[in-house]
Amino acid sequence: MNSTKSLNRPLLLEAKDLTCIREDRILFESLNLQAFSGDIIQIEGPNGAGKTSLLRLLAGLSRPYEGSVIFDGNNITKARESYYQNLLYLGHLAGVKGEMSAQENLAFNLALHGLDAKDAESTLSEVNLLGFEDALASHLSAGQHRRISLARLWQSKAPIWILDEPFTAIDKLGIKKLEKLFMKHADEGGCVILTTHQDLTIPETRVKKVTLEYRFF
Amino acid sequence: MSDSAAKLHIEQTAALSYRAAFMLILKRDITLAFRHKDDVINPILFFVIVITLFPLGIGPDANILSRIAPGIIWVAALLSTLLSLDRLFKSDYNDGSLEQMLLSPHPIFILVLAKIFAHWLLTGLPLIFIAPLLAVLLHLNENSYGALMLTLLLGTPILSLIGAIGVALTVGIKKGGVLLSLLILPLYIPVLIFATSAIDTAAMNLPFTGQLAIIGALFFSTLTLAPFAVSSALKVSTN
Repeated sequence: MNSTKSLNRPLLLEAKDLTCIREDRILFESLNLQAFSGDIIQIEGPNGAGKTSLLRLLAGLSRPYEGSVIFDGNNITKARESYYQNLLYLGHLAGVKGEMSAQENLAFNLALHGLDAKDAESTLSEVNLLGFEDALASHLSAGQHRRISLARLWQSKAPIWILDEPFTAIDKLGIKKLEKLFMKHADEGGCVILTTHQDLTIPETRVKKVTLEYRFF
Repeated sequence: MSDSAAKLHIEQTAALSYRAAFMLILKRDITLAFRHKDDVINPILFFVIVITLFPLGIGPDANILSRIAPGIIWVAALLSTLLSLDRLFKSDYNDGSLEQMLLSPHPIFILVLAKIFAHWLLTGLPLIFIAPLLAVLLHLNENSYGALMLTLLLGTPILSLIGAIGVALTVGIKKGGVLLSLLILPLYIPVLIFATSAIDTAAMNLPFTGQLAIIGALFFSTLTLAPFAVSSALKVSTN
């Protein structure tokens, strides 16, 4: 796309010749993707086209039928530890425990990824959950669950963000705030790879689009 | 930019420690279990009920009861562990926290080991304390109490460790319960045989160190190998 610009920016993540097969159907074949520092990449496509499958391959949660995902010159299956120190992946499921409070959930998520759990309380104010810190997550709404898991973005030091439908159940103001955060993250040298069915308000020139088509065979 | 990525890398490595990761998961799992008490109480109650029903069903004949006591206690322990295994990974799988654990920079086997240890603390350890009390109901030979406690102490962790492999393999299946018992129970049989044999031998006032040594060997081999099997199984299940 803007390859001349990409040349002087470091490559963060690269997918080479990825092929994904689900239920005997080829979702995509020989897919190549390069994420440079500063990129915001939106994966588009109809339901069932393989957006989530692609993100899970990139995150190393599932293995590709063919091809490889390269981080820092190594296949991610070989460089697991260093890759996961530099990756933040948020999937469909919020990963929030109903039996724990919002703050406990966030503190655990931060500590699990090697971040300081002490900042959990102040981070919750970023996602408008101030006043709900001690409420059990099972008493909160779906949107608030999503906010608890998204709160990690404000603390994260990982340059690579892979986000699967981050805007699900989030209100308009929240989406604006997240988009601003994505821009800031990209400006600071990170990259964001996300799927969403909503139109982003981020300037077109900043967003790279990768379109997956629904294939019947 | 790549410099900053490298710097981040170093900063975060400093924060990673095996012990901290182990304690983090252990604390979380125990907190969760205490907020969901019926999950903890159910298997223990099952153990108590099964054992107390036997004297009622068979009659108060001390000879018969003391003959079958080791078997009853150990079979009840196997089944109550089996009953509690579902809790190990199922809810984490359903709400996506398991995925996040697999994506954490900590080695998976440490996280898995912490989860299994938490499971044992909440299901295996209580059995060791309750079993001698229930053994009185079954007229267990008085020489056998030491053997009973020791076999349970070495044996119940094996049940949790082997069970975890089965749960990890079946966690992605909607109705995995039957499959789980089919996978796991055959692997529990060696523990059952050597544990009951140790208790029987102790009743005859003979040394039972041989059986205990075999259970110990089983314990250490599962302790070292099971966490790796579980991590691989979880990767397959979440694929």
